[in-house]
Amino acid sequence: MSDKKTALRLAKNKVFKFIVVLFSLGSIIPLLFILLYIFKKGIGVINWKFLVGLPKPPGVTGGGIANAIVGTLMLILVASLFAIPLGVSGGVFLSEYRKSKLAYFTRLSVEILQGIPSIVIGIIAYLWVVKPMGKFSAFSGGIALGMIMLPMVVRSSEEVLKLVPRTLKEASLALGIPYHRTILRVAVPSALPGIVSGVLLGIARIAGETAPLLFTAFGNQFMNWNLFKPVNSLPLLIFNYAMSPYDEWQRAAWGASVILVIIVLLGNIISRMIVNKWKTRF
Amino acid sequence: MENAVLRTERLNAYYGESRVVKSVSISVPENKVTAIMGPSGCGKSTFIRCLNRMHELVSGAKIEGKVLLRDKDIYQMESTLVRRKVGMVFQRPNPFPTMSIYENVLAGYKLNGIRLKRSEADAIVENSLRKAAMWDEVKDYLHRRGTFLSGGQQQRLCIARSLAVKPEVVLLDEPTSALDPKATSKIEDLMEELKESVTIILVTHNVGQASRVSDYTAFLYLGELIEFGPTERVFTVPKSKKTEEYLIGKFG
Amino acid sequence: MNKERTFRAILILVGMILSLLLLAIFLSLLWGSFPSIKALGWKFFYSEEWNPITNKFGALPFLIGTLVTSFLALAISFPFSLAVSIYLGEYMRAGKISTLLKVTIDLISAVPSVIYGFWGLIILVPLVRNIEMKLNIPPYGVGIFTATLILSVMVIPYSATIVREVIELVPDDLKEAAYSLGATKYEVIKDVVLPYAKSGIFAGLLLSLGRALGETMAVTMVIGNNNKLPKSLFAPANTMASLIANEFTEAVGNVYLSSLIEMGLLLFIVTAIINIIGKYIINRTTVQMRE
Repeated sequence: MSDKKTALRLAKNKVFKFIVVLFSLGSIIPLLFILLYIFKKGIGVINWKFLVGLPKPPGVTGGGIANAIVGTLMLILVASLFAIPLGVSGGVFLSEYRKSKLAYFTRLSVEILQGIPSIVIGIIAYLWVVKPMGKFSAFSGGIALGMIMLPMVVRSSEEVLKLVPRTLKEASLALGIPYHRTILRVAVPSALPGIVSGVLLGIARIAGETAPLLFTAFGNQFMNWNLFKPVNSLPLLIFNYAMSPYDEWQRAAWGASVILVIIVLLGNIISRMIVNKWKTRF
Repeated sequence: MENAVLRTERLNAYYGESRVVKSVSISVPENKVTAIMGPSGCGKSTFIRCLNRMHELVSGAKIEGKVLLRDKDIYQMESTLVRRKVGMVFQRPNPFPTMSIYENVLAGYKLNGIRLKRSEADAIVENSLRKAAMWDEVKDYLHRRGTFLSGGQQQRLCIARSLAVKPEVVLLDEPTSALDPKATSKIEDLMEELKESVTIILVTHNVGQASRVSDYTAFLYLGELIEFGPTERVFTVPKSKKTEEYLIGKFG
Repeated sequence: MNKERTFRAILILVGMILSLLLLAIFLSLLWGSFPSIKALGWKFFYSEEWNPITNKFGALPFLIGTLVTSFLALAISFPFSLAVSIYLGEYMRAGKISTLLKVTIDLISAVPSVIYGFWGLIILVPLVRNIEMKLNIPPYGVGIFTATLILSVMVIPYSATIVREVIELVPDDLKEAAYSLGATKYEVIKDVVLPYAKSGIFAGLLLSLGRALGETMAVTMVIGNNNKLPKSLFAPANTMASLIANEFTEAVGNVYLSSLIEMGLLLFIVTAIINIIGKYIINRTTVQMRE
């Protein structure tokens, strides 16, 4: 009797494990399949001309995506210039004034900001930048992306700065080094690997953002270097070409997808490596 | 008593409402090792943190009374200047992890934005490391990170770092509590040599250490100064019953 | 001394800017929604007609589209994400395979949504179209069902990561106690781990819901962008986020644009509340379990 019971329990145990493994495979395999599929479709499209050439009208072969690459870089640059200084100093503030009332609200605000859909951030960038300036521009797109990146930078900076031992700051202060230099030249450099890795993750994230760019950076068929004019970006190009009926453009979208995925994955992988290899040992 | 380099007058220190140092008046003689001993929680760390204005960094911390460095009230001086004149070494070795040994020694200059000529810098590094009795050990590794050194070496590096800015007084806050016996004895020997050029205030809860290295000993109990005098006298004929009980290990 | 004061003042200023940023976003959206709120009032929420030409702006089709796709996606993905988190949190806690899987999941969740959308458009849409033909329903290919599928795939890595972190927090001594009573792994998971991690898992679901509600690009590309109230699970529809994406730049007229902003406001409020509750629960359980 009890033997039967035990056998049943063990059987249940096995069945359960089987189900768990099955469902795990069922979730990971399609995801990997998506990645592989993108590479299969896109890798053949990529060559030098594709990277440095400009888009051609539908029906004409041999178009490139240089304008989208340049645009993405411009957007990342503006976003970084906005989000990194503000984000890192926000992280310093939160780690230095950990328990203050203001820090509580700042932290809350940043956490909520991180969960706001990017399309809503796009609306804000439209209201705050596009509308007053009266035009779509790389600048407004960069600000939108910067606002998405900002909470990520704040939170990762705060976390690593909190790990800097108090004794290290004390050692610096005890040498007669003023507070601001202690923070900027002892605390921040010690936390630098973590900060850089957070920034990289943020860049990888915004590099693929599309929704907030639709009504800020807007997209542009031509090469544009002007910050105050509409600009294309990789995800925008993928979106527009993917939705187009032309085979040539769809092929270009696959190529652009591969490049975008590589950028995003590299950002994530490098960020991980920095944390593992270059970590400050206290 | 000899020339006093540092003096406190009715010094009180608070964390919020609680008074952890109670009206301590003491004169620290020049070029001697003065040990501050007492059971843990007696306020000895807080006390020496008042001597280089580190105490005020804790929020809610406050002091009353005076601390005089060569008859000048340090609480009327620029705090960063005070800390350059009164250096400090902490319980746990804390070399700057992002800097090399060389840069660590020069941190007091570099981080203050003081530019040095290459030859000056080299001289300060060598001199400070020699004083900390570790020049020979590290002279070939000056440009490696300080965090790769052993605990005892790291602590001596921290001593060199505080000596490099040429302080008048160095506060050692239980500098050997995180070290093994061998490293401890090295640092104890070092203090003996150092006192020729600098005044040393040593906080310790180790009675043996106080008796081995100090010239003067102060005994702090529950924030009050129970006894202060030449070490030999304090250890042989303590005036206070409490000191005697502490010395024979009745508490703490 | 002066520099130190300036430095501290800057830090506090940054703290204030960051805490006011959220409020400023809220107020801006509210301000932008005013014309719509004034013109439409509550009708905005229950009217099903969306017709910019006649100036009719009813959000009901998009509210329903958003809720149906998000909740369905959550329901579909949950068994999968739970399985992944149980596998990584209980069966394969450490080791090379486990690390590899965790990293893979992290990397996959970093893939931009426009790429999921593209993939969905090329692979899923024809697939669904075939199914629809067999089932004898209008073979759009695009629609709520397709959008739900792509959303579920995208949500899995996100919720699996949160749930796994919660499961890993279950104290070992509790599990060991159960094992020492002779319980099997299945029994430990069912009777100790899952009950203990219940509220954390709920929070993970909530946060994933917040993600799904605001997901834009992948949905836009496969949902069919139909502004009518969907009649079936396979019908083309639209969500709030994808409507904003599609029509924002074309929105001429005060009320039109404003009603799109009001949808943004709605998304903002809902995701903000979801995040506050979700993170509150996570923080609370983390603190409890650490104690």
